[in-house]
Amino acid sequence: MSIPVETSARKITIEPVTRVEGHGKVTILLDDDGKVQQARLHIVEFRGFERFIQGRPFWEVPVIVQRLCGICPVSHHLAAAKAMDIIVGVDELSPTADKMRRLMHYGQMFQSHALHFFHLCSPDLLFGFGSDPKQRNVLGVAAAHPDLAVQGVNMRRFGQEIILATAGKKIHGTGAIPGGVNKNLTIEERDKFLAEIPQMKEWALSAVAIAKNYTVENLSTVADFGTFPSNYMSLVRDDGAMDLYHGKLRAIDHNGDKLIDGAPYSGYLDHIAEEVRNWSYMKFPFMKNMGTEDGWYRVGPLARMNVVDFIDTPLAEVARQEFVALGAGAPVHVTMGYHWARMIELLHSLEEMERLLNDPDLQGDELVRTGERRSEAVGVIEAPRGTLIHHYEVDDNDMVTMANLIVSTTHNNEGMNRSVAKVANDYLSGVEITEGLLNHIEVAIRAYDPCLSCATHAMGRMPLEVELVGADGKQLDRKVKD
Amino acid sequence: MTDSFTINVDGRDIQATKGQTILEAAEAAGIYIPRLCHHPELKPHGSCRICTVIANGRSCTSCTQPAEPDMEVQNNHPQVEMWRKQLIEMLFVEGNHFCPFCEKSGGCELQALGYRHGLTATQHPHLFPRREIDATHPDIMVDHNRCVLCGRCVRASRDVDGKRVFQFVERGPEKRVAVNSDAKLSRTDVDLTDKAVGVCPVGAILPKRQGYVAPVGAREFDHTPIGTSVEGGNGSLEV
Repeated sequence: MSIPVETSARKITIEPVTRVEGHGKVTILLDDDGKVQQARLHIVEFRGFERFIQGRPFWEVPVIVQRLCGICPVSHHLAAAKAMDIIVGVDELSPTADKMRRLMHYGQMFQSHALHFFHLCSPDLLFGFGSDPKQRNVLGVAAAHPDLAVQGVNMRRFGQEIILATAGKKIHGTGAIPGGVNKNLTIEERDKFLAEIPQMKEWALSAVAIAKNYTVENLSTVADFGTFPSNYMSLVRDDGAMDLYHGKLRAIDHNGDKLIDGAPYSGYLDHIAEEVRNWSYMKFPFMKNMGTEDGWYRVGPLARMNVVDFIDTPLAEVARQEFVALGAGAPVHVTMGYHWARMIELLHSLEEMERLLNDPDLQGDELVRTGERRSEAVGVIEAPRGTLIHHYEVDDNDMVTMANLIVSTTHNNEGMNRSVAKVANDYLSGVEITEGLLNHIEVAIRAYDPCLSCATHAMGRMPLEVELVGADGKQLDRKVKD
Repeated sequence: MTDSFTINVDGRDIQATKGQTILEAAEAAGIYIPRLCHHPELKPHGSCRICTVIANGRSCTSCTQPAEPDMEVQNNHPQVEMWRKQLIEMLFVEGNHFCPFCEKSGGCELQALGYRHGLTATQHPHLFPRREIDATHPDIMVDHNRCVLCGRCVRASRDVDGKRVFQFVERGPEKRVAVNSDAKLSRTDVDLTDKAVGVCPVGAILPKRQGYVAPVGAREFDHTPIGTSVEGGNGSLEV
């Protein structure tokens, strides 16, 4: 005769994941012995942009789709504008338009990276993953390290003001239009920015040093934290240099051997497909020729450091060489290395802005070019979080009939899930679960700087909720952190 | 001068002439009366009601009401202001007005009226009507989502262009602007240079492929509220 056995198997839910952009949750299934059976990052939002821009005129698209995000709307604005350049038959923008857009993009890269490093992830790095949550937040940083907090705010301001000068607004501007831009940069605007460059450069170098020292000094912890070998992908310039605005697709495997190289991004569908899994609204992209098991890859700052041959600005190139030395000839797979790589890109963006601000083309008058109308286009850009793909079809009446967007965080879906699973296995298995240990999971996710919805933000409080659920689905315990 | 007489607007005596409407007389004296369906080059219509004032104790649309000797007009008045604000709000909730991405933003008279009257949120529920876009014409598109039924296009096409491309059809809540009795715009002889295309106060009738060419900061109402050109000075827009 069998009798019902009371099981102690349980499910832990972290919802929402905090200090990331957008809403997601993590579920961890533990067996009777408290060993991790499964750990997943679920994206629980649905946006629908690809559907509701159908039937809208193509010139509206760069302005509409940037509303996907409040952190890096410029990425969507520019990726869509690049696609619409092709729709209006313009393969090469005027120098003024190209450089104004690049300035906008580097301003955005600068502010987005500063936001993530100083406001979102620095509490973990400065106070420790399992430190007191009362201090482990941006206010704790402001209290304990006021200089850093002020730097973070000011660097973000600088980037936002570059966006204001190029896009017309700090958030959700209209600067890029099909075939070009709608304004150039005045001498007064230029000089105001140039005057701030030395201070920004000093802070950017200091940020690189903080991220580097953190990684090197804590290598015994971070080297393996949520880490695993993977493939990487990014755009690179024709000569192999980092180019965050434009380039061709390159992907490498975990040894650094090239899987894709010199591929025009218009043919991205020849290389990439997306898998749907029934527990997340976010798809899982993979390289077609390798399949879903082996073809997944990572994008973003870590990927770009591994994929490019060099960085075309002197200070960032020195920093990159120090970074890649960590891999000793192979790609750097250290997930927490994303932070260091991100700060190298922050420095690179600042150097690029300085170069552009000294270029008289920014004061040029040729803003827009025109050409022969086309019906289909792909626009790709390296957004702060990685490769961003926009693909559109437009009918003879100028209305959008198809849109496909693969945003940066989507490429990192498999990588983030693996990091979550690895940290859960390494830190949570068979031990008493504490808030500090659960934060380890979030630390791994934050390394990717994910924009989970790309991005809707909850207003007000963002509590961390942990549920203990029995195998029968009954809630055994629940704790909420305000 | 028997044709010239005095009216009083908000306590200020101004000169009016026979045949002038209240709105015209006020405008000539530098007093702005908010309006939407009114256009100086078109016959008065009196349909949007936003130019409503109290004249000699009775409400009336100032774009159609002739000025009369010794008329007492309240324009800047709490009751009138409340009516106008409610009318503007109802226009917002009745259509699909998404200012954040609308290419007319910054140059839209409805949006500018909303700002001028401090309309920061709507109290009535949005109706979210299902409306169509007619993009069949190679150079012009009509987005009915943003139409406020001011009738400027109807009057301009009929009285200035002599084409009658646009007409009102249906009644009540179903009322809408139609093209040649429900044909598509591509089947008409409308032209980009037509008055009817240029007088739309909102983003309903638009020249194609021209959106966002004016940068933020260089659009008509970016720095001064609607009505500044009448009132003079460089009024500031507090948003």
